[in-house]
Amino acid sequence: MTTPRVTVIDYGIGNLHSVVKALRHEGAEVTVTSDPRDVPAAERLVLPGVGAFADGMKGLTERGLVGPLRAFAETGRPLLGICLGMQLLLGESEEYGRHEGLGIVPGRVVEIRREAGFKVPQIGWNRIYPPNGKSWSGTPLGALAEGAMVYFVHSFTAVPDREEHRLADSLYAGQRISAAVRRGNVWGCQFHPEKSGTVGLAILRQFLAA
Amino acid sequence: MIPADATGRLASRVIARLDIKGPNLVKGIQLEGLRVMGDPAEHAVRYYHEGADELLYFDIVASLYERNNLVDVVARTASQIFVPLTVGGGIRKVEDITQLLRAGADKVAINTAAIRRPELLTEASRIFGAQCIVVSIEAKRRPQGGWEAYTDNGREKTGVDAVEWAQLAVDLGAGEVLLTSVDMEGSRRGFDLELMDAIGPRVGVPVIACGGAGNIDHVASALRSGADAVAVASLLHYKTETVGSIKRGLRDRGLEVRE
Repeated sequence: MTTPRVTVIDYGIGNLHSVVKALRHEGAEVTVTSDPRDVPAAERLVLPGVGAFADGMKGLTERGLVGPLRAFAETGRPLLGICLGMQLLLGESEEYGRHEGLGIVPGRVVEIRREAGFKVPQIGWNRIYPPNGKSWSGTPLGALAEGAMVYFVHSFTAVPDREEHRLADSLYAGQRISAAVRRGNVWGCQFHPEKSGTVGLAILRQFLAA
Repeated sequence: MIPADATGRLASRVIARLDIKGPNLVKGIQLEGLRVMGDPAEHAVRYYHEGADELLYFDIVASLYERNNLVDVVARTASQIFVPLTVGGGIRKVEDITQLLRAGADKVAINTAAIRRPELLTEASRIFGAQCIVVSIEAKRRPQGGWEAYTDNGREKTGVDAVEWAQLAVDLGAGEVLLTSVDMEGSRRGFDLELMDAIGPRVGVPVIACGGAGNIDHVASALRSGADAVAVASLLHYKTETVGSIKRGLRDRGLEVRE
């Protein structure tokens, strides 16, 4: 089997080290880049990130990455957005004002509603489930059992316009949280696979095999 | 599909705490006498494989000598541990945080430097995000009631009220509170539950109870008293329990934990 190659986008936001280490642990040859010229030829892409939506889009825009990422998503090659990287795949966010996203997955990003007894941000391990009638087979979640636990850290949550783009749901503070999204070979997970123990590593392994 | 009986509550986290002095994992009794327990990296990796939800490394002499030994241990273990890794001890400035995150830490816990200069929490949280910044509070009971925040592993008084400090630290940007009872640390007599109850429900961020667990009932009580997570040390280092046996015990007591 050939070594899977993955390009991790560095757009100046958040800590990339954990995701790079986890991808290497799963046998990938990892390139970290902030150069838009590296995007079109990439075998597969990871868009990581932790932080505010507006800062994320600014980081992508300043580096000239927005166009190349949108174009890459149309090639059918695998792209995985993690945490803020998933939220940026959506059309817009209402985090501190209204901000346009990459628009690869139609929908928006909204704040988790505060409910008594629940803390925001959600920080910790929660269960994920396939939405009604969906199967994870053939996706990066393909090796997981329904109800697997993964590690979340977030205050905002993606709301895809179309049910078909939801790949995994989670329940927090009485709200249906979009834990993973999918459009073709573009995937996003709100949680951190690189911090979700063996379950998370299994997700990255499947992504590398896609 | 989300099952109808799902609670939407997070699993209680079991965190393995490793106190580190120089190259060694150590265990303190009431944070005074130290016993060398072995190689921290070896223990950390074992606790990860046993199912620890998070790891916490503390350089317990760093703030005394104003230096940080942890970068090396973090770098040696970060490529083998795929759960969150929090590092504390001797963090004084933004560059210290950058260095630890580069080595592979996910969060940093700050005590002394935040008490001396609370704005550090705001600066750090703006740069790295609140999820990355844990305020570490060492609380000691006052004879007249309430708790006082201490620094340098329970050695130095600050005159600061621990409950007020927890609230202020969160307002300034801390995303989690690591709450150690100086009175109970190393005692194996249980956590200070009143302290958990005084701070846990009052702050809008997760609280990690630390210091005093001598058995699984102690861990369960802390989780029922407002703690979102517990950090255990002696129980694991002395092999009284494994992470797995603690989690089984918590599940038997009706608490939800990660498998």
